[in-house]
Amino acid sequence: MSEVTAKKVLFEPVFSNNPIALQILGICSALAVTTSMQLSVVMGLAVCTVCGLSNLAVSLIRSQIPSNIRIIVQMTIIASLVIVVDQVLRAYAYEISKQLSVFVGLIITNCIVMGRAEAFAMQNPPVMSLIDGVGNGLGYAVILLAVAFIRELFGSGKLFGVEILATVNDGGWYVPNGLLLLPPSAFFIIGFLIWILRGWKKEQVEAPDYKMSSHKVKEAF
Amino acid sequence: MSNKESINKTVMVALLLCIVCSIVVSSSVVLLKPVQQKNKALNLKANILAAAGLLQEGASAQEIEERFASISAKLVDLDTGEYVEPSAVGKDAALAYDQRKAAKDPSLSEPIPSDKDIASIKRRVDYAKVYLVEKDNEIETIILPVSGYGLWSTLHGFLALEGDANTVVGLGFYEHAETPGLGGEVDNPRWKAIWPGKKVYDLDEGDEPKLQVVKGAVDKSRDEAIHQVDGLSGATLTSRGITNLVRYWTGAEGFQQYLNKIREGV
Repeated sequence: MSEVTAKKVLFEPVFSNNPIALQILGICSALAVTTSMQLSVVMGLAVCTVCGLSNLAVSLIRSQIPSNIRIIVQMTIIASLVIVVDQVLRAYAYEISKQLSVFVGLIITNCIVMGRAEAFAMQNPPVMSLIDGVGNGLGYAVILLAVAFIRELFGSGKLFGVEILATVNDGGWYVPNGLLLLPPSAFFIIGFLIWILRGWKKEQVEAPDYKMSSHKVKEAF
Repeated sequence: MSNKESINKTVMVALLLCIVCSIVVSSSVVLLKPVQQKNKALNLKANILAAAGLLQEGASAQEIEERFASISAKLVDLDTGEYVEPSAVGKDAALAYDQRKAAKDPSLSEPIPSDKDIASIKRRVDYAKVYLVEKDNEIETIILPVSGYGLWSTLHGFLALEGDANTVVGLGFYEHAETPGLGGEVDNPRWKAIWPGKKVYDLDEGDEPKLQVVKGAVDKSRDEAIHQVDGLSGATLTSRGITNLVRYWTGAEGFQQYLNKIREGV
């Protein structure tokens, strides 16, 4: 933490320290809302907002928070912000909020938000914390968009609801892959994304927990 | 540091935080409520119009309001099939009656015996709100609210019938949580396009509802084809749920009496 620059704080979570790909946090909503690009964009924005503002709020009062109730304090702030975001979505993006339904509310339980509040905002000044929150939200959004791109394109032949591959159901030629519309497919895609990311940035590969020993054949006779 | 950790300080911080947060949350709820309710009402109206085939895609809020103004809402006593005055449910206008809320109100609804509850909705309202599109004093379209259980969720929607109280104009759901891509295909315009023209009843044989969603594609050469709709592939249970809810709401427990009366021209 010797040289904490705004740019680094903002962009590091996107690829180098991605909350989903490296820390494997926030997987639950990543499975649920990535069936379409539009939902993912809104969800990404919602998480950016909540994460940024909660980091800001926690950081502002960090010197006042008694350490034995700090988790509850963070939780209360996050929960309030999530309710506000949910209400705003219901008022100004009704169709999308209907599709996101419960998952906006579940941002409360998204470990990324609380993780950043506890790990970063408790020790750093407000502006830096805000940037860190937005950066982590961006990291989350990037993975969401990548997953949604694959799922929407090959699952329903569309991107942002616009038809790209004409599906058989609509009289075209493309037989959509139904698995991609179901949550398990996001597991596979996130797995592959992590594989690709770690192939590119080798330093993300974790040290193996154990060493494979070579196979030894015992002579039975 | 020791001051920060004291009990007094802890209680103070907790209290202040609660107050601030509750003010933020409650003011956002109160301030945004009118906009939200407008959205919800508009969404419902758009769905009513869509079921009746009166909605073009991408219609603006104003167009929806204008078109909706030509539709009248009426309350129907499901047991007798007669219209009732809005005062029966304690409202000034039929439009103000919230049927879904009434379904949870013991004074306005009855539990359905389990052997009759094919749509798995548990309670049925005494009075239902129907929408009528009228032209030259004749009913052109009857829009009936329907609901029933699919695979994961209760589907809420509207079934629109022509003035003969038999021919389907359209079916649409404004609220459901079926699997996207499988049961969620109930929203697919191509599937919805199969419904218009289908007949609910075979009037030569009486007033038992005949309309159903079949598994796979409908064999068009058979006589029943007029009562059958292609199933949604990969969504057997949602398809079955839709058959059940359509049959329930057009059957003896639902609008059967009312539709009979309309056909008799009362």
